Amino acid sequence: MSDIDLSLAAEAPRPLPQLGRQAFEPRALKSGFLTGLTWLAALLAAVPLISVMYLLLVQGGTRLFGADFAEVLTGLPPAGFEMGGGIGPAIVGTLAMVGIASVISIPLGILAAIYLGVLEPNSRMANTSRFLAKVLTGFPSIMAGVFVYAVMVVHWGYSAWAGGVALAVLMLRTVVLAAEEAMAQVPQRMKDAAYGMGCTRTQVIWKVVLPTGMPGILTGVLLAVAGAAGESAPLLFTALFSNYFISQLSEPTASLSILIYNFSGMPFPNQIELAWTASLVLVLIVLVFNILARLIGQPKV
Amino acid sequence: MTKLFDFADSASSVSGPPSSVEYANDRIFRGIAWLSASLIIVLTAYILWEIGREAVPAIGKYGLGFITGTTWNVNKDEFGVLPEIWGTLYSSLLALFLGGIFGIAIAIFLTQDFIHHRLATVFRTVIEMLAAIPSVVFGLWGIFVLIPLLKPGAAWLHEHVGWFPLFSTDLAGPGMAPAALVLAIMILPTVAAISVDAFRRIPYKVKEAAYGMGTTRWEAIIKVMLPTASSGILAALVLGFGRALGETMALAMLIGNANQISLSLFSPANTLASLLASTFPEAGKIEVQALMYAALVLLVITFIVNVAGLAVQQYTIRKFEGKK
Amino acid sequence: MSATAEAAFIAEPFKATGDVVIDCKVDKIFYGDFLAVRDSTVPVEKKKITGFIGPSGCGKSTVLRSLNRMNDLIQVFRFEGSVMYHGQDIYAKKVDPVVVRRYIGMVFQQPNPFSMSIYDNVAFGLRLNRYKGDIDERVERALKRAALWNEVKDKLKNSGLSLSGGQQQRLCIARAIATEPDVLLMDEPCSALDPIATRQVEELMLELKANYTVALVTHNMQQATRVADTTAFFSVDISRGGRTGYLVEMGPTKQIFEDPREQLTKEYISGQFS
Repeated sequence: MSDIDLSLAAEAPRPLPQLGRQAFEPRALKSGFLTGLTWLAALLAAVPLISVMYLLLVQGGTRLFGADFAEVLTGLPPAGFEMGGGIGPAIVGTLAMVGIASVISIPLGILAAIYLGVLEPNSRMANTSRFLAKVLTGFPSIMAGVFVYAVMVVHWGYSAWAGGVALAVLMLRTVVLAAEEAMAQVPQRMKDAAYGMGCTRTQVIWKVVLPTGMPGILTGVLLAVAGAAGESAPLLFTALFSNYFISQLSEPTASLSILIYNFSGMPFPNQIELAWTASLVLVLIVLVFNILARLIGQPKV
Repeated sequence: MTKLFDFADSASSVSGPPSSVEYANDRIFRGIAWLSASLIIVLTAYILWEIGREAVPAIGKYGLGFITGTTWNVNKDEFGVLPEIWGTLYSSLLALFLGGIFGIAIAIFLTQDFIHHRLATVFRTVIEMLAAIPSVVFGLWGIFVLIPLLKPGAAWLHEHVGWFPLFSTDLAGPGMAPAALVLAIMILPTVAAISVDAFRRIPYKVKEAAYGMGTTRWEAIIKVMLPTASSGILAALVLGFGRALGETMALAMLIGNANQISLSLFSPANTLASLLASTFPEAGKIEVQALMYAALVLLVITFIVNVAGLAVQQYTIRKFEGKK
Repeated sequence: MSATAEAAFIAEPFKATGDVVIDCKVDKIFYGDFLAVRDSTVPVEKKKITGFIGPSGCGKSTVLRSLNRMNDLIQVFRFEGSVMYHGQDIYAKKVDPVVVRRYIGMVFQQPNPFSMSIYDNVAFGLRLNRYKGDIDERVERALKRAALWNEVKDKLKNSGLSLSGGQQQRLCIARAIATEPDVLLMDEPCSALDPIATRQVEELMLELKANYTVALVTHNMQQATRVADTTAFFSVDISRGGRTGYLVEMGPTKQIFEDPREQLTKEYISGQFS
């Protein structure tokens, strides 16, 4: 019908394609520019980290590894115009409250994760619970403090218990989500094998799922502990602060994070130095847990 | 469950039903697990209820004027959190802008074959270390490193471009700029991590299709990878924003705790979270009630933003599962 | 088999010559609203290998997994019929599937050792059943019967996952037979293995016959001829709009392959569909 000429335009020879690289072609230039920007962004992002680490080591390190190593670690926080002193009570307080929080949140979190990840992953209860755990992850951490204040401090005063519970609320969400992820990764065929041998559901969990998923669970637990150690907002009005080593868990307790907060606002160089020292110790603790978490997180499957 | 099959054919068979202890353990354990899972629901509900309950007296007293009022005066019993709401939103948006750009850039850097994958792992670790640093330490660093660093530049900007609303005041110490910067650094790892996930979810065949058409690396990224990962990146931004909204300590130390509203990057301001942090410990009963109201406002804002972010994330996951 | 609304085809009942350990009578098996299998009566005889063959989707795996109530793990699964095991219906309300699985063991298509040592894998069932005797001896016996002992006797502490595919499958078989269950169900145990490993497992099956009753699902007809004493042939019924599996014919292997009664069996055997 139509007279479209389908023959190739053999008369007009097409230019041979230039396959070589052309450095100054606009596309390549734009590409190079953007790549440069990206490298810059990446390096810039590393700068704060390097800066913080540097300052921690220099400012905190000189005091920590200086002449009074023992005094720094075990001494009491100095008052206003005092010299010397240390962060001993703060270290103990942080460890105590993180310990309380761990004892509460780790078993609960793993149990909940067992329900969410293995027993009834698709039930409405599990879906709601999982969703809320994720929502809780986005809650401001100070809310845990406000909540525990209203529930515990109002009745029983400021205490390490209150601080520990507030930290537990924060740790719970991390432990649950990480543990659930770890257990859901255990291959279904391994669980099938256990069922096929006539295991009850509890036996499948204890004999197969938990051991196999343990690295992932431990990773989550360690990360949660590291996070709790660094928290300060929830402790502000639950554990308050103290200048003495704690004698009972039911009294206000010092912590590294609150010490840093309090001392950072003081116009005394001694206190500021101790704030840096406390920061160094805190970051070391947190980093150690983080590195452990990553080392352990190699699944056995 | 009775012992129906209490035998086995061969004499040396070991098979036997579970003991009654094992059955009991099974039931008890499953019950405990159920309880623990429900605890999360109960806990969330309890938190919301408790904070709401404590805020009720204040809501009754100050009503919605609380949200629009601008004074915080204990003596006159006048409380309003508009400056704090402004401070919260302004600082978080600034942080989102900076942290978002850098976070996405890093995600692109890590996932689009710019460096050897081992190096990418190292870099990823660097970012995760950044995320691990506690908020107070960033606050400390901000006070003694960032603010002194920013002061000269701020002074110059104020002097020369002071007519521009963003630079209309001088940076005397704490203020919006250092706070927003530190906030950006703190949410950068969150945005980067979720964006990396978003890029990783893109099926390999999409990448093949793009490169197969002869795109340069950046053409592939901008025209194909970014659009495909867009909903995941959106989730990253929303969730990063949510994190910024809730950040407390570093802001309390860097923002200046001044109850004023200003567009200037260099003026001190206040956020809901830092208001709580700085005033709660010394607050009397009346002030505590007002603070509970403020906490409720913060809770509602962060709740909405986080739910929205999670919804976007869910949508993204389903989109890619459908595609497969 | 025909498109008209006639009575659906039901296979002729198979008259077992020996003791029947499991008498499986399927009326209907549903996954939700989907009718997966219908009208199949499959008696499994003692100390013989009963093979289930048929094209994909014919329900042979579904029927096999119904024999130890493994399908219960799928929430929408519904079984109508009865599975008589030593005179009792395992689908009766008061029967605990956990107990059933202690007596009827299973080997799966994909090797699935636990992430524990080889020794612990094989000892798993013994410990589960609270065996108070010499575990070492039972482990050795099971590994020998599974033709794996010589290859692993010096590395019993190594992880089960460190073995090759064929070895892993033999480990799973050793694990399943360590407790000496009444019946061993094998769901396409060789499909993930290379030909040499397949042959080893087939030889193993022939030896297992002396001590165990075996029901085997295989998509490989030749395997059935090599190994099975009795063969049940399933096919897919699409006459009513769905894809429902059903038993076409069951008989001694020799008869099924050399002189089948049904036309459909003839066609499958000669490779006209798969």
